[in-house]
Amino acid sequence: MAKKNDKLMIIIAGLVIGVIAAGLSYLGNPKNMGFCIACFLRDTVGGLGLHRAAPVQYIRPEIVGIVIGAFCAAFAKKEFSSKGGSAPMTRFVLGFFAMVGCLMFLGCPFRMILRLAGGDLNAVVGLVGFVIGIFCGIFFLKNGYSLKRTYSLTKAEGFMLPIMEVVIFVLLLAKPAFLFFSEEGPGSMHAGVAFAICAGLIVGVLAQRTRLCMVGGMRDLVLFKETRLLWGFIAILVAALITNLVLGGFKLGMAEQPIAHTDGLWNALGMLLVGFACVLLGGCPLRQLVMSGEGNADSAVTVLGLMVGAAFCHNFGLASSGEGPTPAGKIAVIIGIVVVALIGVVNTYVKAEKTAAEAA
Amino acid sequence: MVDARGLSCPMPVLMTQKAMKSKEDYYEVLVDNKTPCENVTRFAESQGYKVAVEEKNGEYLLKISK
Repeated sequence: MAKKNDKLMIIIAGLVIGVIAAGLSYLGNPKNMGFCIACFLRDTVGGLGLHRAAPVQYIRPEIVGIVIGAFCAAFAKKEFSSKGGSAPMTRFVLGFFAMVGCLMFLGCPFRMILRLAGGDLNAVVGLVGFVIGIFCGIFFLKNGYSLKRTYSLTKAEGFMLPIMEVVIFVLLLAKPAFLFFSEEGPGSMHAGVAFAICAGLIVGVLAQRTRLCMVGGMRDLVLFKETRLLWGFIAILVAALITNLVLGGFKLGMAEQPIAHTDGLWNALGMLLVGFACVLLGGCPLRQLVMSGEGNADSAVTVLGLMVGAAFCHNFGLASSGEGPTPAGKIAVIIGIVVVALIGVVNTYVKAEKTAAEAA
Repeated sequence: MVDARGLSCPMPVLMTQKAMKSKEDYYEVLVDNKTPCENVTRFAESQGYKVAVEEKNGEYLLKISK
């Protein structure tokens, strides 16, 4: 296979995605939030009324675009296949706590890059936690962690989440009275629907073709000395940084960064939880959306876990705000790290005994 | 012979990496998804192996040789 070629491809894809992401903020999305899978799932859940935090309610077309873009790309390349059955409930729980971590930090790994590119130094602290979390996950991977295999499912199964996304998009266009739309706060800031859906579609297609993943880069570097995915990460950072500098979205510092807080310890611990959970899941929230589009029902369940996690975070005051983390949020992050570690232990060591018994 | 069907990355690559510790000249890896097929190929090539891929019924048999 052309090795140079696919490294070049992911760099180009990363550059395009970086420009689009920074550009979306310019077109109306919140600052340093051209894309944020966690925030956008949270806003969407709020738009549907599953949580009632008034500032963060809006159905984000970017999410719809990513899933449908990935779906189309996979379908065109005959890579779409309905699969599932690899520990769905475990994935749901991992997704749930990944979201708790994201909303402690205020961003998924994708937004962490965009925050870095906007000069938000709190994201550097987040990145440190993120890398530690990835190492925690790698420890279990190296010792045999696995959620067991998936199986082929009926074709309809793989269509479920993409169809749901289309329905949600139709709801956004129709704007029935039972939906919630923020009148102020981040939820009220958004690019035009046409821009947002197109941006999502492009990112979905590119991410599907290149297998882009924000945790995969660091993970593969450590496990296999493989740098391909990391180049995607770096390319997004560079492109978003340059776009921000050109469009005037760059502001270096820690204090008064847009939709961010300065509590270093909890920024780091939040992202630690995200990195840890995502390595055990096999991919960051963006990658989970893309794999849902490819027909992977386990990833679809993970996305539901993320969404339910977001609803819990805002119904029970676990999510941070610009003022900082909440006491309940801190407890939730600690519980999350413990639960994710237990999931790691159970699926690394307990499972090993069972396989031996199966062999006997 | 590594059977990594139904597993998503990085598991198939990890299994291949583990198998390759025995330093034999020939391995077969079976996967059922395009992504692990690419990743295992990339990894094997980085270890100085040559890879031939046979596809049938949505499964990929990777023949990895020195």
